[in-house]
Amino acid sequence: MGYKEILQNYADSPSNLLEAFHAIQDEYSYLPEEAIIAAADCFGVPAAEAFGVATFYSMFSIRKRGKNVIRICESAPCHIDGAADVVAALEKELGIKMGESTPDGNFALEFAQCVGQCQATPVLTINRKPYLNVTPASVPTILAEYR
Amino acid sequence: MAVEMRIALRNYGKVDPNKIEDYLSRGGYEALKKALTMDRAELIDQVKKSKLKGRGGASFNCGQKWSFAYNVDADQKYVICNADEGEPGTYKDRLIMEGDPHTLIEGMAIAAYAVGATEGIVYLRGEYPELVELLRQAVAQAEAKELLGNFKLSVHIGAGAYVCGEETALIESLEGQRGEPRFKPPYPPVSGLWGKPTIVNNVETLAVIPEIILKGADWFSSIGDPEFPGTKVLTLSGDVKNRTFFEVPTDVTLRDVVFELGGGIRSDKKFKAVQVGGTSGAFIPESQLDTTIGHTKMALIGATLGSGAVFVLDDSRDLVDINFQITKFFEHESCGKCTPCREGTMRMRELVEKVNCGQGKAADLDLITKLARVMSTASLCGLGQTATAPVTSTLKHFSTEYAAKLKE
Repeated sequence: MGYKEILQNYADSPSNLLEAFHAIQDEYSYLPEEAIIAAADCFGVPAAEAFGVATFYSMFSIRKRGKNVIRICESAPCHIDGAADVVAALEKELGIKMGESTPDGNFALEFAQCVGQCQATPVLTINRKPYLNVTPASVPTILAEYR
Repeated sequence: MAVEMRIALRNYGKVDPNKIEDYLSRGGYEALKKALTMDRAELIDQVKKSKLKGRGGASFNCGQKWSFAYNVDADQKYVICNADEGEPGTYKDRLIMEGDPHTLIEGMAIAAYAVGATEGIVYLRGEYPELVELLRQAVAQAEAKELLGNFKLSVHIGAGAYVCGEETALIESLEGQRGEPRFKPPYPPVSGLWGKPTIVNNVETLAVIPEIILKGADWFSSIGDPEFPGTKVLTLSGDVKNRTFFEVPTDVTLRDVVFELGGGIRSDKKFKAVQVGGTSGAFIPESQLDTTIGHTKMALIGATLGSGAVFVLDDSRDLVDINFQITKFFEHESCGKCTPCREGTMRMRELVEKVNCGQGKAADLDLITKLARVMSTASLCGLGQTATAPVTSTLKHFSTEYAAKLKE
């Protein structure tokens, strides 16, 4: 579905802007510039305001990025439980650094703050699905689901 | 001996969250029926008398908050559930919603009737996408059984912003804006969503409302610490054996939480500190573990109960390094609206990083203390005001750890 069609499902209230952005990202993995401008039109707000929203929330990206977004939590409970080792394993397995995407466009690698699964740290999410008690050794298996 | 008592989590694991019939069979929606027969002022009075205080962190008297909105005449009022739990170490609201979504809906419907609102919104953090459908399904089930009357309830999702747990930032976000806190007053019960009277209550606060209505204010106010009565859901993380959740009366001690319920330290190491209330909470040393968890008692030791997160650390942990991570968190999550927080969180991260990597001097520790005072006094919202508590509490109780890392 194109972003214009997506936006039509949310046009009835400006409250829906965040949800519309989520829906566009589900399709494109990021918020293309023309989609943000179209959203501004759709909700009757200045384009600057729509960009303001798109750049405020950590889940939104205005830069093109890989299709499957991996986010690893770096908050204190995950930090003390070896999140840095998981980061190193992810970087090695994917051949990219944090904040980058794989050249084939399949994965994006980002930091996240707490995702609310602190009973089983460290935690990462892929496309918002949580993976618990992640170890460097379990990284290849997790990524295999998306390859 | 610490014993669990479940009020907010009374149905957790006992009902299928997909089935309203399960909730109904355990007395669900009886409290709403009872509330609807009560006079609104009398209903609010009951909640006030129960001394229920907000379970999101700020601990404001719930009935009092409702009465502010009740007292304002308006063509529209709103009830918002703050389900944006973002304090690292906290997962209690997720447990309540995934285990028993109807208790939240019933609590919101009672709140709406009390203040005279016909519209409710659950603001759910973007990290819990699987709960969106569960909550929407539960609302549809309650509507199909005509339990909600003219009360309309919708679910909106956030997109990853810690500051949206602050109620006016949350309201901005619901209006499709950047989640930046508003200047107060006016407070939301007078002017909130779209400028209308709005009450914003935490998931756990709303989840206990049905039980207070059914069993009475006196029943609730007699549980736990009289100054902060009831129970609190605690979520344990870090170096504790039982990394799980407990709902306990508010007069349980931290020692019982860590060593009895939590089972003590995971390894053969010793206890060093516990941070309570999330990443904005103070670190508490062994010598203060006999404090009970109620908000007022915690305040006496310069700590907070906050969201009920309990982050336990063993004696091998480097508190300066953990604080560096925490200062990075606040630098990232500061919304940037006010200067003390925007600049302060960045400078605080710089200073703690400098000490953490062995480049700090004694003067830097003095500067940290001074900066913390400015931030906690002058920041616009709770984020900047409390961001410094982890650093100042560790400087107070564990100063040798900082001193050991200084350059000279």
